[in-house]
Amino acid sequence: MHTRNASAAEAADASPTWPEDIFSVLQRFDVRQVPYVPDAGHSQLIERVLGTPSMRAVPLTTEEEGIALLAGAWAGGQRGVLLMQSSGVGNCVNMFSLTQIFRFPFLTLVTMRGEWGEFNPWQVPMGSATAGVLELSGIKVLRASHENEVREVVEAGAGQAYNACTPTAVLLSQRLIGAKVFTK
Amino acid sequence: MSKANLLERRSVVSALLSGRKDAVVVGGLGASTYDIAAAGDHERNFYLWGGMGGAVMIALGIALAQPKLPVVVITGDGEMLMGMGSLATVGLQKPGNLTIIVLDNEVYGETGGQASHTAANTDLVGVARACGISDAQSLTTMAEIEVFAPSMQDVAAGPRFVSIKIDSANLERVLASRDGSYIVTRIRGALGFAPI
Repeated sequence: MHTRNASAAEAADASPTWPEDIFSVLQRFDVRQVPYVPDAGHSQLIERVLGTPSMRAVPLTTEEEGIALLAGAWAGGQRGVLLMQSSGVGNCVNMFSLTQIFRFPFLTLVTMRGEWGEFNPWQVPMGSATAGVLELSGIKVLRASHENEVREVVEAGAGQAYNACTPTAVLLSQRLIGAKVFTK
Repeated sequence: MSKANLLERRSVVSALLSGRKDAVVVGGLGASTYDIAAAGDHERNFYLWGGMGGAVMIALGIALAQPKLPVVVITGDGEMLMGMGSLATVGLQKPGNLTIIVLDNEVYGETGGQASHTAANTDLVGVARACGISDAQSLTTMAEIEVFAPSMQDVAAGPRFVSIKIDSANLERVLASRDGSYIVTRIRGALGFAPI
């Protein structure tokens, strides 16, 4: 099982390559607006976006803001992607309506908590409901659990979202990210 | 509670939009969308019939994508209260081309006129300013609104936040299109983007 360490220095030593795979897919699809609520699992990708002039990182106060932002971005001619953690999916439910109403190319990358060795029981209820909530909201759900499949899963998700205007969520498993370590 | 000199919402919106030029205008769900429709249907009007709390963020998405175009969001106090965090998000991004107008009648007019938080202690201008939107003000007369309206064309000096206290009369609905695909495709077309 991978572990996620609090120490940035330790994390840098063991930086996984899959966030870079995601970044290159987003660049290839000309993604311009990247709203996010921070999650440790997305930290490497967020840093990459913040350092890329062609992408606009937009920190949010709550995840539902990102759905509305991306609807506006599309009306204005730009593609975007929403980065959030599984608990954030619960904050979005009514705003997910916009993906059905506008039929715009909605893509979100969701880092999973509440599964695969979770320590914190408070993460489990929403983590368990994440895929179901997305599907009930009319959003297609794909999942990547291993480092070597991240690129192709995100490519597939981006393809169907941007080319077919099919609202899509890619779940990035806690197995991939590593369970957060609270105690040794 | 009696309040003098409350403005009439349709006159306010009409005065704000009469010189709109290329501006994209987003209307919050409910009466604000009817007001924008009453001022005249336009291919750059983004009417909302739901997604409560999302109006400012939709406008921000457009404003970031089209930094040379004026983007104006006109919404109500209830809708703004639900999306109050978006003022912090706008305060961080500071889009020069974005203007946020709140038509504040201090009630939820669409649902029976229940009092909103702005009827008591919440000061949305203070909230906007505290979120980093330094150009935040209340406008109280039609003369002030007529002076303010042209400033929305300045795409370098925003973001701006304006609260306008209006009377709470429920006016006849002016129904805009409620087909989201049509609304967005029409705006995209006006901006030069083809359908997929």
